[in-house]
Amino acid sequence: MKPRPIAGIVLRQFYLLRGSPVRVFPMVTWVAIDIVLWGFITRYLNTVSGSGMDFVPTLLGGVLLWDFCTRIMQGVTTAFLEDVWSRNFLNLFASPLSISEYIAGLVITSVLTSSIGVVVMLLLATGVFHLQFFTMGLPLIAFLLVLFVFGITLGIFSSAIVLRLGPASEWLLWPLPALLSPFAAVFYPLGVLPQWMQWVAHALPPAYVFEGMRNLLADRPFPGVLLLEGSLVAVFELALAAYFYARVYNHAVRTGLLARYSAESAA
Amino acid sequence: MTPDRPALRASHLSKVYGGLTALDDVSFSVQPGEIVGLLGPNGAGKTTTINMVLGVLAATTGSVEIDGIDISKQRARALARTNFAAVYAALPGNLTVIENLRFFGLLYGIDSLRQRVEELLHEFDLAHLRHTKCGLLSSGEQTRAALAKALLNKPQLLLLDEPTASLDPSAGQLIRAKIRGLATHDRCGILWTTHNMGEVEAVCDRVLFLSRGKVLLEGNPLTLPQEHRSATLEELFIRVAREPLSAVEGGAA
Repeated sequence: MKPRPIAGIVLRQFYLLRGSPVRVFPMVTWVAIDIVLWGFITRYLNTVSGSGMDFVPTLLGGVLLWDFCTRIMQGVTTAFLEDVWSRNFLNLFASPLSISEYIAGLVITSVLTSSIGVVVMLLLATGVFHLQFFTMGLPLIAFLLVLFVFGITLGIFSSAIVLRLGPASEWLLWPLPALLSPFAAVFYPLGVLPQWMQWVAHALPPAYVFEGMRNLLADRPFPGVLLLEGSLVAVFELALAAYFYARVYNHAVRTGLLARYSAESAA
Repeated sequence: MTPDRPALRASHLSKVYGGLTALDDVSFSVQPGEIVGLLGPNGAGKTTTINMVLGVLAATTGSVEIDGIDISKQRARALARTNFAAVYAALPGNLTVIENLRFFGLLYGIDSLRQRVEELLHEFDLAHLRHTKCGLLSSGEQTRAALAKALLNKPQLLLLDEPTASLDPSAGQLIRAKIRGLATHDRCGILWTTHNMGEVEAVCDRVLFLSRGKVLLEGNPLTLPQEHRSATLEELFIRVAREPLSAVEGGAA
């Protein structure tokens, strides 16, 4: 992989943000609404539950981490969709840019754009609702990495779906995180799910992350096994998503879909 | 580039979609400094050929070599030596002219990019439009911006798919002169598709007539009509489009 083509993909996204600052608005707005909404819900639960349990880290922390994962996915997908919307595939893929350089550029773009939303979330959650997010220490970084990898996986998978099924299929992608969230057990222990849902949950790295985080918050021993299992599943699925994208790309080159993509999306 | 190595060599290219043959055993080459016109009616296989040369469409059989490099084996190296401009592949309209040139300059790994971009902005009379979004440019200005992008990497092979289709006669003449100069002075091999036969006669050294996925005729655009009992290139084009077999059989040979 050469650095200049990757820098090109990142620079393009910077130009888009600079040329149209309104694009920053949705990066910040939805995460802020989520934190404010769930912040007040957790405050209310703390006052009425009488159990002495602090809902702030479990619920608000869950919202923050799940939004982090979702933002990473949307960062990759949105950067990819910019090329769909501007009918730029032919210009891109007729250049020396390789698929791995393109995906690397999308991932770096996603890290940069999603970090804007994450900073806003952290500021609101800690400043307004007193979430002590970093008291969990190093395990938090490890769990964040797993969520990061899964976010990239979802982004690559989603981009492959759009490449294969056409621009209209972008509407299949946006609900994907909401569809997965019940299985990811963001707000409740895995044990409350019916057996079939637990089987699905075991294929989702976030389920390991949130279960591990709850263990940490309950002062149980460090959930090393959960972290290891979650990491292995995340890396395996990332490789699977990259393989799937490469297959879809090769199919698009073989069948003429890639060459026709610009013309068809223009029609 | 050695003199005996063509800028482009397409060997036995064919493309079959299901039962439909879009391209059937097409072979040709473009030498350095040569402008080759790829002519034919709509659906003849011109864009299919160009897409294969650009690596965005895989051939069912056959191979493409750019400056001696097989695109199926060393895609990035081969594509670093080529570039293209096509009416159906406009630059992203939400980036300005200079942003587009810098973006694509990075994709092509251009050294001294800032200087190269300035050269092209002046060469294509785009300096005053550098901060204008490409989507807001007139069609002629968009064509000039697309050509500037196509020359970013000083390609050894340039593919032009109807590059002057949206230009007024004066702008078209200037662009043709520029492209002619590119072939003459920079030894760039150019594959050019157009439906403007006057343009072909003025610019191309050689033409290939495609019909129904096959190369039917090949030769000098100034002598080819007489060789095939047609008064003009346009008349020959119409015959090839309507009755491909009789056009070939009507040859002098």
